Amino acid sequence: MIAYEKLKLARQNGRPTGSAYLDELFTNRLDLCGDRRYGEDAAIIGGIGYLGDMPVTYIAIDKGTDLDSRLKKNFGCPKPEGYRKALRLMKQAEKFNRPVICFVDTLGAYPGAEAEERGQGQAIAENIMEMMGLKTPVISVVIGEGGSGGALALCASDRVYMLENAVYSVITPEGCATILWKDAKRVADAAECLHITAEDMVEYHVAERVIPEDFTHFKRMCADLKKVLLSDLAVITQNSISGMLENRYERFRRIGIYEEAAGKYGNP
Amino acid sequence: MFLFKKTDPGVRELLKTAKDGVVVCGHCKEEIDRKELIRNYYICPKCQKYLRIPARDRITLIADRDSFSEMAANVTSVDFLKFPGYEEKLNKARMSTGEKEAVVCGVCKIDGISVAIFAMDPRFIMASMGSAVGEKITRIFEHATRYHLPVIGFTASGGARMQEGIVSLMQMAKVSGAVKRHSNGGNLYVTVLTDPTTGGVTASFAMQGDILLAEPKALIGFAGRRVVEQTTKSTLPDNFQSAEFLLEHGFIDQIIPREDLRDTIVNILKLHSRKGETL
Repeated sequence: MIAYEKLKLARQNGRPTGSAYLDELFTNRLDLCGDRRYGEDAAIIGGIGYLGDMPVTYIAIDKGTDLDSRLKKNFGCPKPEGYRKALRLMKQAEKFNRPVICFVDTLGAYPGAEAEERGQGQAIAENIMEMMGLKTPVISVVIGEGGSGGALALCASDRVYMLENAVYSVITPEGCATILWKDAKRVADAAECLHITAEDMVEYHVAERVIPEDFTHFKRMCADLKKVLLSDLAVITQNSISGMLENRYERFRRIGIYEEAAGKYGNP
Repeated sequence: MFLFKKTDPGVRELLKTAKDGVVVCGHCKEEIDRKELIRNYYICPKCQKYLRIPARDRITLIADRDSFSEMAANVTSVDFLKFPGYEEKLNKARMSTGEKEAVVCGVCKIDGISVAIFAMDPRFIMASMGSAVGEKITRIFEHATRYHLPVIGFTASGGARMQEGIVSLMQMAKVSGAVKRHSNGGNLYVTVLTDPTTGGVTASFAMQGDILLAEPKALIGFAGRRVVEQTTKSTLPDNFQSAEFLLEHGFIDQIIPREDLRDTIVNILKLHSRKGETL
């Protein structure tokens, strides 16, 4: 039951949320609000700050730490305006040649009536498509839950890191269990079937790195994460913009396991 | 004065191979003559419900006669996660539909204009998107980018195919990358949203067209209706997530009745080429 244990850890109260990483990693922070279309979504914090001595754009899904903030942030389930704000800030980063760092922690995009009215599917679709052509480096870190399309909307990136106990899934294990066995309580079985752990993500080429967790020494953990981010950004920016986009395209292009005629294609 | 519209060439093609007999409308449960149903574009003549159309028939209905050439026909799914029930589901879908996968794609001509085309088949595991569907649609976009062809896509899907885990989610990004390149090349992409277009397909290539058309009353949304009801703890209006609802909220361009679809697409294709220019 490794997957289920990890799922519980990824969702555990007291686990650092998006804003904790922003506090540790970035200096001279300037939070920026609103999608300029409809509203402001507190579930996603975005802005500009220094990573070391490099100005970067940060975008973090934040679940909140107490009941008040969790309600305000909709328990980290973004609405379309949150995704549209994220895209606005990514486009801004592209204009000023700033790399983008995303922190992902969500059960999924908010499945409410008003989110549907305002085009939740369209907002996610646009983010993914625009990220695939964004002319600046993007690294995404799944710090807790990577819930389906709501996570992918911030993960069409050059690199994806998984925290050691973070999970990333096409559907919530509860949703999967309901469909498969008409029993939402078989979460543990569903989690196992879906292959949602950090190691699974590396195996299926969805993530490049697994980041060790040490929340008792959170400062040190973030200092190490900063070093990794800076060194990967240095590698990505060595390439030309067109080379970087080619690599990003290929990163997703090669994901898929299928058969064709006689042989098996795809990886692993 | 003509009392009946001249039979569509696509309908004539379908009638050639259609077997005699009756089918039961899934909506009003009335028995319908199969040929009459086809003559009526798969719209139930009794209750006017838009019944779902098999992918290959979709293409026949819109393509010029004998112009369709299938691509990536042998790309099929593999149960690589050994997911409970997936192998059986695949076998059942293949047997009942005669298709290898949930999408049919290729190139064809529409009123003499060359296009790339894909049609998803809701009879095949609700046209959910796994590696094979993602691969096939990606290839059709790559082909269309290389040869500067417009893409006409008929979407219908329950979303990403959970039986392929995270790999199915990644197909959304893979296809989106190919759509982006096609778009950057100045090429046209028209999506026709058909019943039902939901989940990860809505949240990727279904919504990425330059022009978004939908069929009357088609269900189009991201989250499932029951999930939304549980979240909001209220009952939703009947038209929630219908094509009409999306039109009202500004997310699609037009709702097109089936009998007018071919003419509309021909007009869109012509409007995207110079007058008099042969494509």
